[in-house]
Amino acid sequence: MYGFEALTFNVDGGYLEAIVRGHRAGLLTASDYNNLCQCENLDDIKMHLSATEYGPYLQNEPSPLHTTTIVEKCTLKLVDEYKHMLCQATEPLSTFLEYITYGHMIDNVVLIVTGTLHERDVHELLEKCHPLGMFDSIATLAVAQNMRELYRLVLVDTPLAPYFSECITSEDLDDMNIEIMRNTLYKAYLEDFYRFCQKLGGATAEIMSDLLSFEADRRAVNITINSIGTELTRDDRRKLYSNFGLLYPYGHEELAVCEDIDQVRGVMEKYPPYQSIFAKMSYGESQMLDKAFYEEEVKRLCLAFEQQFHYAVFFAYMRLREQEIRNLMWISECVAQNQKSRVHDSVVFIF
Amino acid sequence: MGEVRGGGGGCCPPMNLFRSEPMQLVQLIIPMESAHVTVSYLGDLGLLQFKDLNADKSPFQRTYAAQIKKSGEMARRLRFFKDQMLKAGFSPKKSATQADINIDDLEVKLAEIEAELVEINANGEKLQRAYNELVEYKLVLQKASEFFHSARSSAAEQQSEYASRQIGEESLDTPLLLEQEMSTDSSKQVKLGFITGLVPRQKYMAFERILFRATRGNVFLRQAVVEDPVTDPISGEKVEKNVFVVFYSGERAKNKILKICEAFGANRYPFSEDLNKQDHLVTEVSGRLSELKTTIDVGLLQRDNLLQTIGDQFEQWEFLVRKEKSIYHTLNMLSLDVTKKCLVAEGWSPVFGTKLIQDALQRASFDSNSQVGAIFQVLQTKELPPTYFRTNKFTSPFQEIVDAYGVAKYQEANPTVYTIVTFPFLFAVMFGDWGHGICLLLATLFLIIREKKFSSQKLGDIMEMMFGGRYCILMMALFSIYTGLIYNEFFSVPFELFAPSAYACRDLSCRDSTTMGLIKVRPTYPFGVDPVWHGSRSELPFLNSLKMKMSILLGVAQMNLGIILSYCNAKFFRNGVNVWFQFIPQLIFLNSLFGYLSLLILVKWSTGSKADLYHVMIYMFLSPTDDLGENQLFAGQKTLQLVLLLLAFVAVPWMLIPKPFILKKQHQDRHQGHSYTLLESSEDNFQLGANHDSHDHEEFEFSEVFVHQLIHTIEFVLGSVSNTASYLRLWALSLAHSELSSVFYDKLLMLAWGYNNVIILIVGIIVFICATVGVLLVMETLSAFLHALRLHWVEFQNKFYEGDGYKFYPFSFAWTGDEDELSL
Repeated sequence: MYGFEALTFNVDGGYLEAIVRGHRAGLLTASDYNNLCQCENLDDIKMHLSATEYGPYLQNEPSPLHTTTIVEKCTLKLVDEYKHMLCQATEPLSTFLEYITYGHMIDNVVLIVTGTLHERDVHELLEKCHPLGMFDSIATLAVAQNMRELYRLVLVDTPLAPYFSECITSEDLDDMNIEIMRNTLYKAYLEDFYRFCQKLGGATAEIMSDLLSFEADRRAVNITINSIGTELTRDDRRKLYSNFGLLYPYGHEELAVCEDIDQVRGVMEKYPPYQSIFAKMSYGESQMLDKAFYEEEVKRLCLAFEQQFHYAVFFAYMRLREQEIRNLMWISECVAQNQKSRVHDSVVFIF
Repeated sequence: MGEVRGGGGGCCPPMNLFRSEPMQLVQLIIPMESAHVTVSYLGDLGLLQFKDLNADKSPFQRTYAAQIKKSGEMARRLRFFKDQMLKAGFSPKKSATQADINIDDLEVKLAEIEAELVEINANGEKLQRAYNELVEYKLVLQKASEFFHSARSSAAEQQSEYASRQIGEESLDTPLLLEQEMSTDSSKQVKLGFITGLVPRQKYMAFERILFRATRGNVFLRQAVVEDPVTDPISGEKVEKNVFVVFYSGERAKNKILKICEAFGANRYPFSEDLNKQDHLVTEVSGRLSELKTTIDVGLLQRDNLLQTIGDQFEQWEFLVRKEKSIYHTLNMLSLDVTKKCLVAEGWSPVFGTKLIQDALQRASFDSNSQVGAIFQVLQTKELPPTYFRTNKFTSPFQEIVDAYGVAKYQEANPTVYTIVTFPFLFAVMFGDWGHGICLLLATLFLIIREKKFSSQKLGDIMEMMFGGRYCILMMALFSIYTGLIYNEFFSVPFELFAPSAYACRDLSCRDSTTMGLIKVRPTYPFGVDPVWHGSRSELPFLNSLKMKMSILLGVAQMNLGIILSYCNAKFFRNGVNVWFQFIPQLIFLNSLFGYLSLLILVKWSTGSKADLYHVMIYMFLSPTDDLGENQLFAGQKTLQLVLLLLAFVAVPWMLIPKPFILKKQHQDRHQGHSYTLLESSEDNFQLGANHDSHDHEEFEFSEVFVHQLIHTIEFVLGSVSNTASYLRLWALSLAHSELSSVFYDKLLMLAWGYNNVIILIVGIIVFICATVGVLLVMETLSAFLHALRLHWVEFQNKFYEGDGYKFYPFSFAWTGDEDELSL
């Protein structure tokens, strides 16, 4: 299983691994979150964050702050760090790093397409896009009327092109189709990323396959829960599950026929790693599922740092930082809207 | 400079550099209303290091969080002004008039100015945007009319050709598509629409591709490159752009193209086919452009005036805001009294500052019209106080050298006192060349003479370091001139400076061979090495033996000094155990081995004996009872050796065994008497208490202490051998230096000289200068510096220096000035 990564890893990856571990040390800790949760207004949050690594990014913001500004600046920091790492990376790490952004690309494509469908302004939509998932011709997505055009016009130039081969239909775009497209794309993306990591081998393959399997399983559960009560057929649903992960293939067969949340629960409880997640929830409840999954994911991502000489730390760091930004967004929103009692509902402590 | 008072300039500091300043923990109880003034005065004084009494509170829960936010906001405004000034090319000037300004007024004023500036900028931007749009429009008009012109002329040609063949010709709509148009049936002819605009050049390829794909090739696109970068109206940045004209047919295609244009950030401009209209437009646009230009200029002038006024006072404001912020940060460290009427501060201050602090407190309560004055009292503590040395610009680089290893423990013997001399001296031993020394001296004199100028401006990283250590370099240069004279080296050329050489050739054949053929004709050369050695075959053996022995002498002397300093420490902290069971055996051990070696060297030098010292030292251990034979230097040497050897062997267990047991006993005594003895209120108890702090609280772990002592003993015993050997680097580096300089001299300068060619000579001289400066003056200086540093840190300081203290950082506005501009 283990090659001789320790021998040669540092030649190319050592510097960046050090960088990413340094960044990881800058993640907010539980005490930071405790302090943040006690903030009275957004200025307090800014004040607290100015003592952290976010300081320089928020320093020059004039005083009436908005949640969006905070989130925007925090994301900017993540993007700056990512770009710095990408610039320094050599093959195959640079490809690995690029793979991390494809998920955002898919989300952005879906966001723009849905937005244009509902006749929103393209520039307004572009501002909402995640900066990591930007590509040159993203704004042109608004032109496309159906999926075939979407592919032919824009996406053929992007790294997403190969993933599209599975979902080209000339159907017009509507909400349902877009959602299916998103899931198909995600499926193809995850499978591709998984294959890529397996090709890299060593500790990277081992840890990434764990992380990606978790991601795939979580998506499978989400797809199932979201498609309950829609007109999506079982076969179609089955097609959206990624072809790897802990649930593959038998779990998928069972999930495909689920009709309500308790059946999903029944399926998932057969798998020991997921038992604990579902054990926390009472029957028939699905609200807290997201948080439970996030917590589990964060736990796994943190574990990725326990081992050295592999690329999964980059993936883990990006994900952790994104989770942190989600946390900050939630806290800021709660503070801004005076809903401090709900602050703990969706914050996932990283350490 | 951290100098507070006294000790300025050339005056040598009093011996208080040897022990750090006595410190005291003081408590201040300050009435709420005078708190701000008090802290401000204390900051001016700079003698008090506040302790954070609210460490458990997050920044926004502290008392003065709102004020900090306010000053943070002001700092942000100042940053904004600075940014604007930089953009406009102004630099903040030192204002001559120090207008007295209140911080509250300043806040209002800053807000006003910011609003004004923002408004001016917004207006300016609007105008600029309109202006840029017009510029782009003009470009489009020019370029596009070129297309139409060229197309029309070529079309006219074709048309005349065509007309000769066909009668009944309609007017041409779009001459560019003439060919296709004409070849198709004229009845199918449709009116083609077109769009003109500008697109960034980077995106042009993608733009063209997408247009082609979206319309399935049913467009005709012409483009022209705009040579100069155009300012984009939206982003305001200079971008290289292309002018394009797209021809299309049909409404759907138009919509698509419009969307694509929007997506690519292509700015569209209306364009008329009619020539007259075109001309009309061009003149109109030009007219509006010049109009706008004047408006913008007026706006810019207004903004520049505003920035000018800001620039005049910027420095003062910046200082004021920074001061304000640091005051509130300090106030946040104080704890609020229960009654909320006064603040309680705790902090360290040097004992000599008591009077000054009290004065400041009095002034503060007077100035703030407070009814009650602040209360100043000294607290008793067992905490280890911070270390504070009053240095001046001469001693500070040496103190930094020592601090870089570790900050001295409170009141520990400070090696800086000796480092001031030994450091440059050991450096010079490795860098002995008075030519190079003079170069170094000139460089550092330049820094010292222009000191005033340099200290006020910001220097680069390396320059800053050089400037900070200018007096250290000065000493290094002076000492290397001195050792250079001893070695008789001047760029490796020997000079008969003090007297002619004492030796002369017996006959002509002896030159360059050995020193054997020389006879002494004059008294011994008075100072340093006789120049006759230079270039002779026995130069190296002679100098090596000299420098090697000298290195050992210097090393043993410095190590002895270190051990003696450990005595000073033990004496000062009243630690008898360390005197009897550490200092004395260490001194005996080192001197019975290497002190004896030094003695032998001195005896050999003074008597001119030919005894083999290696042999003596080695057989002193291997067979101490053997007869010395021809290696005997003085009578009774054998007995002395036996005694010394015995002493050395006794010293090792002496160092190792008693100390842990005594410590154990002391610990037990202390704990037995714990509940019975009264609290001694003497000063000594406090002093000792600080020293034995750890023992009082921790459990006494005998095995740990013993292992610790074992390690120390082994380290010392092995260290005395290896450290002595380590001092041989003095010899090695000195050798390397002189060899390198002689190589450069012989193989570059003399070689070039030998060709009798001016060009070669000049090239030779240039290369020689480069090599001398680059290798000898820069790299060799660095390496000699590093080796001297190591000798001090490792070989000298490990004999006595603990270096586990922490520095005294008083709250002072002089410090805040050093920090990066308006950070925090």
